Amino acid sequence: MAAKVLTVTSGKGGVGKTTLVANLGVALAMQGKRVVVIDADVGLRNLDMMLGLENRIVYDLVDVIEGRCRLRQALVRDKRFPDLFLLPAAQTRDKSAVSPEDMVQVCEQLSDRHDFIIVDSPAGIEEGFRYAIAPADEIIIVTNPEVAAVRDADRVVGLIEAEEKGPARLVINRLRPEMVKRGEMLDVDDVIELLAIELIGVVPEDRNILVAANRGQPLVLSNNHSLAGKAFHNIARRLAGEEVPFQTLQEPGLFGRLFRFVRPE
Amino acid sequence: MKFFERLMGRRAASGTVAKERLRLVLAHDRTSISPALLDTLKDEIISVISRHIAIEPDGVQVTFSQRAHETRLVADIPLASRRRGR
Ligand SMILES: Nc1ncnc2c1ncn2[C@@H]1O[C@H](COP(=O)(O)OP(=O)(O)OP(=O)(O)O)[C@@H](O)[C@H]1O
Ligand SMILES: [Mg+2]
Repeated sequence: MAAKVLTVTSGKGGVGKTTLVANLGVALAMQGKRVVVIDADVGLRNLDMMLGLENRIVYDLVDVIEGRCRLRQALVRDKRFPDLFLLPAAQTRDKSAVSPEDMVQVCEQLSDRHDFIIVDSPAGIEEGFRYAIAPADEIIIVTNPEVAAVRDADRVVGLIEAEEKGPARLVINRLRPEMVKRGEMLDVDDVIELLAIELIGVVPEDRNILVAANRGQPLVLSNNHSLAGKAFHNIARRLAGEEVPFQTLQEPGLFGRLFRFVRPE
Repeated sequence: MKFFERLMGRRAASGTVAKERLRLVLAHDRTSISPALLDTLKDEIISVISRHIAIEPDGVQVTFSQRAHETRLVADIPLASRRRGR
C-alpha cells in the first residue's frame, strides 16, 4: 500500500510545526506504523534535534536530490523505533536547492516501504512552502490562538485551495485555557469559525514541550500523561483513521472546562 | 482605571477584540479589497443612488459580512427621512 504523505505547514514561523512533526512521527511509530519524517526546512535544520538524532546524520535531502547518495543512505533510523526514519534537511544550502518535482520524486520513492511520510514545511509562503506541499496527500496547518498566526494561516488556507491541495485540517497549538476562560485569548471555536476549516487537534501550552526538545525526546514518549502529549497522540490516531472524539480530552478542573469550547467532530 | 472599565463592562475582553479585528482583516485579505477601495465604493454608491433617490449620505455603510467561505459586500443605505405626504 502506498504511503500517505502529510505536510505540516503554517504561514507564520515558530508556531510549532517541527514540534508537531516530531511528536506525530513518534506517536505513529508507537502505533506500529512505518514512518519517515522529512525535514524540508533546508538551511534551518531542526527536526533532527527535536528527535535527538542530530549525531547520526551522514547525508541529507539535498545530497539525495543532487545524486551524491542513494535515498536509503540518507535515511536516519530512529534509536527507539526501527520503523521510524528521518530524512534530514541540508544545513549549509538554501531552499533553491529543492524543487516541487524533487519532493514529489523523493516521496514516490519512499511510498511503498512506509505507511506515513510527514513533511515538516518551512515557515512562509515562498518556494520552501511550495515544494513542501507539492507531494502532499493531506495538509495540516498549525496555528496559535493569536492574531498574526491566524491571519497567516488564512493566507495559507487560500493558497492551498488555489493549488487544489485541500481541504487542509487545523491544529491549534499553545492554547492557554486559563486565558480563554478570562476572555483574553481566542478560543477554539473562534479560530475555526474565522478560518472555516476542519479541526484535527488542540494542543495546550505546555512547558514540558521545551524540556522534551532540550532532551531530544518528544513528549509523546513520556508517560507523564501531560495533556499536550495526549493531544499529540489523539491527532496521530485521527490521522491513522480512528474516530477520536474531542471529548475524550475532557478532564476535571481547568481542562474539563476548556474542552467544552471544543465542538465535537 | 482599566479595572473599573472592565468591571463596568465597558471594555471588551481582548479575545473578543482579536476576533473582531481578524474578521475584518481576513475579509480584506481574502478579497484583496482595501479599506481605501471600500471608501471609494461608498462615495460612488452614494453619488449614483442620490441621483435617483434622496438618501442620508452620512448614514451609508459599506462593509463585509463573513460567513465561513462566503464573503459579501453589504451596503446599508438609509433613505432620507421625510414626513408622510411631505
Ligand atoms: N504547545 C506548546 N507549549 C509550549 N511551547 C511550545 C508548544 N509548541 C511549541 N512550543 C515551543 O515553541 C517553539 C517553536 O516551536 P517549533 O520549532 O516546533 O516551531 P516551528 O513552527 O517549527 O518554527 P519554524 O517556523 O521556525 O520552523 C519551540 O521552542 C517549542 O518548544
Ligand atoms: Mg520548524
